[in-house]
Amino acid sequence: MPDVQSTVLEFVNKLRKRKIEGSQATARCTVELLRSVISQHRVPHANQASALIDAVKAVGEQLVAANPVELAVGNVVRRVLHIIREEDLSLTTAAMGGLDLLDASDDDEDVCNKGIGYPAMSAAVVAAAARSTLRPPSLQTLLEGTPESATVPYTSSSGADSESKTADKSSITRKLKHDVIESVNQLIHEIAGCHEQIAEQAIEHIHQNEVILTLGSSRTVLEFLCAAKEKKRSFRVFVAEGAPRYQGHLLAKELVARGLQTTVITDSAVFAMISRVNMVIIGAHAVMANGGVIGPVGVNMAALAAKKHAVPFVVLAGCHKLCPLYPHNPEVLLNELRSPSELLDFGEFSDCLDFGAGSGSPLLQVVNPTFDYVPPNLVSLFITDTGGHNPSYMYRLIADYYSADDLVM
Amino acid sequence: MGAQKKGGARVSEDPVEQGHQRLQAILLADSFTTKFRPVTLERPKVLLPLVNVPMIDYTLAWLEFAGIEEVFVFCCAHSAQIIDYLENSEWSSHPNLSVRTIESQKSISAGDALRYIYEQQAETSQIQGDFVLVSGDTVSNMPLADLIKEHRERKKKDEKAIMTMVIKQSKPSPITHQSRLGTDQLFLAVDPKTKQLLHYEEDKIDHARGSVCLEKSLLQSEPSLLLYSDMQDCYIDICSPEVLSLFEDNFDYQHLRRHFVKGVLVDDIMGYKIFTHEIDSSYAARIDNFRSYDTVSKDIIQRWTFPYVPDINFSGNRPLKLGRQGIYKASDVVQSRSADVGSSTVVGDGTKIGDGSRILNSVIGSGCCIGSNVVIEGSYIWNNVVIEDGCEIRNAIVCDGVKIREGAVLEPGVVLSFNVVVGRGFVVPAYSKASLLQQPTKEDSDEELECVESSSVAADLLAGLNLEMEARESDLGPDGAGYIWEVCEGANDEEWKHSVAPIPMDKVAEIIQAMEDDDDREDESCVPTSGELRSDADSINTDMNDPGDDDYGYFEKEVEGTFLRAVEEGIVVENVILEINGLRLSYNMESADCAGATFYSMMKLAVDTPHNSADELCKNAVSIITKWKRLLGFHVKKTDEQIEVIMKFEEMCQETAKELGTLFAKILHVMYEIDLLQEDAILRWAEEKAGADEADRVYLQQCEAFIQWLKEASEEEDDDEDDEEEEDA
Repeated sequence: MPDVQSTVLEFVNKLRKRKIEGSQATARCTVELLRSVISQHRVPHANQASALIDAVKAVGEQLVAANPVELAVGNVVRRVLHIIREEDLSLTTAAMGGLDLLDASDDDEDVCNKGIGYPAMSAAVVAAAARSTLRPPSLQTLLEGTPESATVPYTSSSGADSESKTADKSSITRKLKHDVIESVNQLIHEIAGCHEQIAEQAIEHIHQNEVILTLGSSRTVLEFLCAAKEKKRSFRVFVAEGAPRYQGHLLAKELVARGLQTTVITDSAVFAMISRVNMVIIGAHAVMANGGVIGPVGVNMAALAAKKHAVPFVVLAGCHKLCPLYPHNPEVLLNELRSPSELLDFGEFSDCLDFGAGSGSPLLQVVNPTFDYVPPNLVSLFITDTGGHNPSYMYRLIADYYSADDLVM
Repeated sequence: MGAQKKGGARVSEDPVEQGHQRLQAILLADSFTTKFRPVTLERPKVLLPLVNVPMIDYTLAWLEFAGIEEVFVFCCAHSAQIIDYLENSEWSSHPNLSVRTIESQKSISAGDALRYIYEQQAETSQIQGDFVLVSGDTVSNMPLADLIKEHRERKKKDEKAIMTMVIKQSKPSPITHQSRLGTDQLFLAVDPKTKQLLHYEEDKIDHARGSVCLEKSLLQSEPSLLLYSDMQDCYIDICSPEVLSLFEDNFDYQHLRRHFVKGVLVDDIMGYKIFTHEIDSSYAARIDNFRSYDTVSKDIIQRWTFPYVPDINFSGNRPLKLGRQGIYKASDVVQSRSADVGSSTVVGDGTKIGDGSRILNSVIGSGCCIGSNVVIEGSYIWNNVVIEDGCEIRNAIVCDGVKIREGAVLEPGVVLSFNVVVGRGFVVPAYSKASLLQQPTKEDSDEELECVESSSVAADLLAGLNLEMEARESDLGPDGAGYIWEVCEGANDEEWKHSVAPIPMDKVAEIIQAMEDDDDREDESCVPTSGELRSDADSINTDMNDPGDDDYGYFEKEVEGTFLRAVEEGIVVENVILEINGLRLSYNMESADCAGATFYSMMKLAVDTPHNSADELCKNAVSIITKWKRLLGFHVKKTDEQIEVIMKFEEMCQETAKELGTLFAKILHVMYEIDLLQEDAILRWAEEKAGADEADRVYLQQCEAFIQWLKEASEEEDDDEDDEEEEDA
């Protein structure tokens, strides 16, 4: 326990000092930390799920408070909470089903198998079914779920049978934790693999001889473009440099290293160049529940330019970037103002900052925001690891990933 | 992930380098000055809140961020308070940074502190290698790892490189020659290639002439030299262990810069060298006085110190929320709908702001209660302050627990120490400092220290206060409590320089006026002279009735220097004449002044040449005069000039070179003989002097015979012009 506490503290420190940057890295670290929190947490016999939820919540609050701008932390914490709830739900339904099964098996096995098939299904499907009782089903679950439930496998009934018979309290306890950790591992895997998942779809979006514009630096975008290149698509990339941090320069370097035709332009030249561009592809910092996007500063301008010239504006976002909050929620901190030294040389301007002379109030103000907000109506398409989505569909996707109880932490 | 990678890389790198040396820092939690009095009588400077966070937290957070693993906090004044604070803060159990305290009540300077650490070192050997030396009032976000690496590599190559000093470009104000931080302008000479520091001039800059004096040897030994006048010393040093032993060896070193750096540079101790490192993108500043407190606070609000800004939780502080226009507000601030909180303002948690109050450019701490129709501008209000209705506060610092009653006004530059009460409707005059403690009666020099008042003394004073209060009426109105401190003499003019208030417009106008006057007087001066210092100089040198006297003094010295050099190096007379004439033009002097100065230098040389008797001195003088006759002759063509020379001679005999007194007549005669002086001049001088006091006529009497003879000669000359020729011959 104490060493978990210290790792939590260490991570909180890193977040506070902004030592970790980039939502993927942060998400990975967060989920790994939460896994160790869960695995080291001693669960009581009764109410294990809520105990786990409390423990994760407590750590999550610390993490979110440490860097409220990095929304990925909150997203991952909510995902993990959601996983715990789902697993708990599936276990209880399984246990209930098992009891039913026991009762039923006394009467007649065939009847039972026909009547209640779902305890035999995988936990996820059970959870999905249970979820569907709580709220109206999404289009996806309707489309994907119906055929599955129609073809309920009868064969596994014997397995369910034996499981339910041996199930006692302690094993359920262990099972919950075990299942949760299993699912969290899956989540880790998902986050780690989100680049490849997204990149796989590149070929469907980038066509021969197209011109792609991007802004700032995003690993997702890099992988996406490279994946298209590997599939022998030849196209050109315009990179807006992304002042004042000039992340675009880094991206251009990497693109050239991988053999892509690259042109670097200033941010202010975006509007002039947009008429030659076939598609704008950017990586998001976070995607809000309304389909709005938080991205590197300058993105809104690029989106408006794209809209003006009817150029598709495509946003790439891994699942950990989906934020269940709306941009107007008071607890959402959309932006962070960084040091003016990224814009100005302190030495050159030090005489403008001499507060000893004049009225004493600073005449020179420097605002250096990190992010921009792009409203959903400017976004043409989201490409996530589960496929392409319309901005108006984001809320459904989010409903699949998060439970409503965790939205406010 | 990125960070983990970084961490991993660091661990794998270090052992390769040098068996993993721990990065250590010494933090001096005492400034060893009295600039923050009276506030520092009750609380150490490093615990004073800077934008609602104690200063030491900025320093520690930065050191931790920069990868320092162990910090030794040297506590002196109020050490108990500092240790107590550190123990209860999160620094005591920080995973990456271990904070240890060293306590010494006896140290009264940075030098003492380092000597104490050196002594301790013998027993415990805590400091293992190079260390970072900072004071607890440093705010920075610069990365240190590379700098330490650079220092270590340099040290490997050159054992004498014992220190790396961090400097940062920051232009001093053209008007006051004062940096943004209220410190004096700094002149540095640096070797452009190696970045070695060659000269460090902080306090003795000759503003009147806008020049710095460099050692001649420096120019000879260095092929090139970079001279900076727009640098700011960040007071962040990377030191090798030799620094500690140097302090031990030179027990008179007190001040880090004034004594240590000067010592190493000027005295050339064992050939040790100091190097500089210039930072450009990161921020570093030290809070030295109230002016820098104001400046650094505003820099923090403007986010130059990112990530050490109020909306980021960097040291256990409660993060505030940043709104538009640089307004930082805690979530539980109770603000009236009609209150107006303006730009660049910080409001701490639990603070209440009443109807119609206006707050601008200010920092308000937590738990404050601000009434209605209060105006607060450019001020620093600390925690739990009560400000009643209708008060006006401009450019003031108000410490914890102060109570400002209805309608009171604080004028710019006021500092109210802890728990002071300002009475109803009382107007606290500008630049005054008030405290519950009485000002210590004995005023010591600048070197006198906060630590002299240990906390126990302060407690005693406080205990006695209640009784005293009844006996003596408060300085702050009938229902107030506290004493207004007298401004110590001499600092009166300086008060506005170091206060939180911006320099008032009339002062600026005054300075500009003085500057223009200077320009009129010395139209050639390439560096604008500092008016403010000039006015100081005038007020000090009241005995000099003519402001031009000062210039003449300098001129005279220059001439003397030129002449001596000419004698030493055997420069041809023509060249010397040219040089002195050049000086005359550049100082805008009369030819007569020139003659006086030249003659003065000659006589001085004569007196300074070793001699045994008056005769020998006379011989020396005569030989010098005859040798440099043409030089003097160039300037003494007119009678006026000749008179000036005689007057100068007389003055010298009276004041500086009394030995010459007896030789006055003789030398005068010689000068007449070699045609330097005309009889007209001598006679006119004699006439002028005839009416003077007895004391002034000493020399006239001495050469009475000579004058008599001259008079006769001239009479004869009047009689017969032909005779005159014979006479002269």
